[in-house]
This record gives sequence, structure tokens and C-alpha cells, in this order.
Amino acid sequence: MSGQEIGLAVSVFLACAVEAVEALTIVLAVGVTRSWRSALLGVGAATLVLAVIVAALGPALTALPINVLRVVVGGLLLVFGLQWLRKAILRYAGLKALHDEDKAFASETDAARAAGSAGAGFDGYSFTIAFKGVLLEGLEVAFIVLTFGASQHNVGLAAVAAAVAIAVVVAAGVLVRAPLARVPENTLKFFVGVMLTSFGMFWGAEGAGASWPGGDAALLVIIPGVALASLGMLRWLRRAPTARQAVGEPA
Amino acid sequence: MSWVVRAAYGVWQFVVGDDPWTALGVAVALGVTALIAGADAPAWWVMPLAVLVLLGLSLRRAAR
Repeated sequence: MSGQEIGLAVSVFLACAVEAVEALTIVLAVGVTRSWRSALLGVGAATLVLAVIVAALGPALTALPINVLRVVVGGLLLVFGLQWLRKAILRYAGLKALHDEDKAFASETDAARAAGSAGAGFDGYSFTIAFKGVLLEGLEVAFIVLTFGASQHNVGLAAVAAAVAIAVVVAAGVLVRAPLARVPENTLKFFVGVMLTSFGMFWGAEGAGASWPGGDAALLVIIPGVALASLGMLRWLRRAPTARQAVGEPA
Repeated sequence: MSWVVRAAYGVWQFVVGDDPWTALGVAVALGVTALIAGADAPAWWVMPLAVLVLLGLSLRRAAR
């Protein structure tokens, strides 16, 4: 396995694990309070929609010329990666509220109870909430799987990494039967943001016609460089007077 | 609002998020890289510089 393939697998695994933790919280909340059967049907339906999206867009993306693909995918990964990195840094600096799975679980269960009692048969509320939760969290994963996978012409490896991450999170959820509040979500998001930004920068520049000194080995400098620069900006933000006010909603 | 507009807005929110200036900056940086590389000059430095500037500006906007 090459360095780029390892980077692909690790990035997709971590991104997918973070999104799976958030989706698990939503499914657990409606499953516990209303109907497991309907919630799991919602999960199945959303998974099917995501699989169709990946199956339809994957081959179309890999059919593009490599330089066009890399500049488009590099640009998208970079925009996406900078968003993840920005949110993670703002959370570390105390300028944005940390995502709290226990709080999210409590809020979802309250909403599920307030929606009235579930009948004995199919529960539309559980189905819809589970479907929306898994689909929305899964879209980010599908995007990362497709863009990383297509750039390496290895959508299969990206899909396997995503599937393993989902399996690990679901197994952990089944074992503890509670939201996975101890997962260091912000740290994972920071790391994924660094990886997306680094690969986006690397592929985007290559697609636009630039050559990196050292070729693929440049990633060994780019990834720690992005991480260090981000940590430097975090330090700068923590010293800013506004850093003591937590603002914004977790996303 | 028609479903086409809603879908387009959803895609925009999903990809660009709440900071369109960063997305615009990335597009400009890729364009500048292509121009410099097209002139047979080293262009690899543009993207790292752009990332530093764009992330710094984005954080500064959010911190205000």
C-alpha cells in the first residue's frame, strides 16, 4: 500500500467514524424512545440512497481525465478541509461550542417523546428522523469517499475504509447501548481537516499543472506543515480576547 | 422556492458552507497556480501560501 493510499484509508476512516458517531446518536435516540424497527428501516433506506449516489457518481468521476479530476477534486477537498479545520480550531479556542453527544442524545429523545406515542406498527417519525440523520451525515462521508477514491482511482479502498469505520462505531454503540460521548470528536475533526486540506492542496496544485518538489514525498512535509500552521493559529486565537466567549451551534 | 433552487442552495451550503470567501480564494489560488505553471515557472508554492492566508483570514472573520 502506497503512502497516498494509507493517507486515503486513514482520512476516510476517521471522517466516516466521526459522522457515524453523530448518526448513531440520532438513531439511538429514536430507537430507544419510539421504535427500533422503524428507525432501522430508516437507516436501511438512507444507506441504500447513499450507495446509489456512490455507485452512480463514482464511475462518472473516475472517467474524467486525471488532471481535470485532480483540480476539481483538489479544490473541493480543500474547501471542505478548510471548513473542518476552521470549525475544529474555533472549538479548541472556545469560540464555538463543542459537539456534545450526550446533549444531542437528550435533545433528540425529548423531541421524540414530544412527537406523541408510537403505534404498534410502522412509526413514521422514527423512520424519517433516522433516515434524515443517516443521509445527511452520510453525504459528507460519500463526498469524501468519492473524491479521495476517484483521485487515487481507488474508490473501492475508500469504500472499504468507510465500511470498516461504520462497523466499528455500530459495534461500539451496540456494546455500550448509549451515545459514544467519549469519542474525541473535535480531535478527529481537526485531524481529518488537516488531511483533507493537505491532499486537496497537493492534488489541486498537481491538477493545475504544478510539480511538487520531491513528488509524492512532498506530502510528508505538507501534512505536518498544515498541522503545525493550524496549531499556531489556534495558539494565536486562544490569546485573542474574544476566545473566552463560546459562540455558535455545534455542527 | 422551487425544488431546483432548494437543491442548488443545499449543494451550495454543503460544499461552500458559511464562508464563501474561502471557496472563492481556493478557486483564485488554483487559477493563479495554473497561470504560473503554464508559463513554465515553479508554481507549487501558491497553494500552501493560499491555505495559510485563507485559513488565517477565515479564523479572523469568525473570531470578530
